[in-house]
Amino acid sequence: MIGEIDPVIINLTVFVLAVFVGYHVVWNVTPALHTPLMSVTNAISGIILVGAMLAAGPTETDWGVWLGAVAVTLAAINVFGGFLVSQRMLEMFKRKDKKGNA
Amino acid sequence: MSANMVALAYLVASVFFILALKGLSSPESARRGNLFGMVGMAIAVATTLTLTQNWLLILGCIAVGGTIGAIVAQRVQMTAMPELVAFMHSLVGLAAVFIAIAAINNPVSFGLPAILPAGSKLELFLGTFIGAMTWSGSVIAFLKLSGRMSGTPIVFSGQHILNLLLAIAMVGFGLWFFFSETTNWTAFIAMTAIAFVLGFLIIIPIGGADMPVVISMLNSYSGWAAAGIGFSLGNPMLIIAGSLVGSSGAILSYIMCKAMNRPFLSVILGGFGSDGGAIVSTDGAQKTHRSGSAEDAAFLMGNADSVIIIPGYGLAVARAQHAVKELAEVLHKKGVNVRFAIHPVAGRMPGHMNVLLAEAEIPYEQVQEMEEINSDFSNTDVVLVLGANDVVNPAANVPGSPIYGMPILDAHKARTVMVVKRSMAVGYAGLDNDLFYMDKTMMIFGDAKKVVEHMVKAL
Repeated sequence: MIGEIDPVIINLTVFVLAVFVGYHVVWNVTPALHTPLMSVTNAISGIILVGAMLAAGPTETDWGVWLGAVAVTLAAINVFGGFLVSQRMLEMFKRKDKKGNA
Repeated sequence: MSANMVALAYLVASVFFILALKGLSSPESARRGNLFGMVGMAIAVATTLTLTQNWLLILGCIAVGGTIGAIVAQRVQMTAMPELVAFMHSLVGLAAVFIAIAAINNPVSFGLPAILPAGSKLELFLGTFIGAMTWSGSVIAFLKLSGRMSGTPIVFSGQHILNLLLAIAMVGFGLWFFFSETTNWTAFIAMTAIAFVLGFLIIIPIGGADMPVVISMLNSYSGWAAAGIGFSLGNPMLIIAGSLVGSSGAILSYIMCKAMNRPFLSVILGGFGSDGGAIVSTDGAQKTHRSGSAEDAAFLMGNADSVIIIPGYGLAVARAQHAVKELAEVLHKKGVNVRFAIHPVAGRMPGHMNVLLAEAEIPYEQVQEMEEINSDFSNTDVVLVLGANDVVNPAANVPGSPIYGMPILDAHKARTVMVVKRSMAVGYAGLDNDLFYMDKTMMIFGDAKKVVEHMVKAL
């Protein structure tokens, strides 16, 4: 039966379930961390890097490959920038009890 | 790698992304969560690399982009976080458009049939127009937030009609693209161009005060753009990651709208939040306020049992965070119970004020959200309002007021209120604030940083 299902329907199933997961996980995020939440989700939306890599992938180079290469660069800025700035912010939310170690 | 192995690796990466967001439920687990996100991304990239041939080109581009990203992340000021986030949204949008164009140009390299089926065309259309609107919208948001463009809303007559017509035209070209037997570049390019213009037009009428909503909304769009590309490429990991981001941004937009008591639709339609709004005075009578010096305020706080500090964005503008931290420390040493009360829209993006206070090394245990602290105001000796206005305006409790129903910090319930402000000017909502004229309120005029430094000295 699985073979007869249009892949679009399977993708739609994944999509709807993922929205539900996202909804429940995000409501649990503490409001104090909403800015880091935004920068982490920014980095995660850099997952589009995967699509960009496929675009830049083929060996016969035509303009599509170069467009893919630009997209890889843009998405990589997002991935690295997003995760690193989140890390920087989250370091600030460490407990200040033991000042000697900081 | 076999297709099944790739799919399994992508599943593992998706789980890591969910764990990354889950980690943000508390400051203790947040750093681990961020690490999970990085691990998930590394798995996703390494797996995809096995499907491609141009390793040198791809790794070179990742190195270039990664270096730029790392430098930006290192250098950005915490006050400039909203700009950085807007800038990064724009990149996701543009990347989505480029990928869609590349996919239409060479579908085979994405594992799609050489003649694109109707379903893929529809998905590419969706991914492209969301991506294009995210890009131009974010560019405008970036320009407005960084002050390169005025925060005043740009409105002209017929704006909504124009947007509507453009949206219809965009869908029209989309349908033409969809129903063409071969690749119809004309329709596709026209559709993309209109989407770029629309993204620009829907953000220009939105004023500076509504930026927290806009930035959350664009956050959401960038996620849906990634999910749209995931649909086009039939890649469940992209769909999952994109949906997580999309729903996160949507929830943040909802929280921000609620905190400003503004229906989402009216924010999007724009025109609110101009700083030149007319002053609505409740009555014509001249109201009197009491003003005092920083030293008087310091004396009162030094003798209080409990003090709640309400920071607003004016505090960040005056770069007074570190001075405030010193003030809190001095008071703490005197045995005063000092806490900070944060309104959800205290900064320019969700949670912005928390980050600014954390940067100044104010322990997050002292920083409390509106719901947590609101019931404590009535037992508090002194409330110090620093650079905040609308979020402490008791007019929000008065039916008929323009901000009626907006959740506020109940500063007016405290025994003594002290407000540090540059002048009696109104806030974003253009409303006079009755809190400033109460008998128990003392106004301290001046630059927040200087005033707070004087207070520290006097203590």
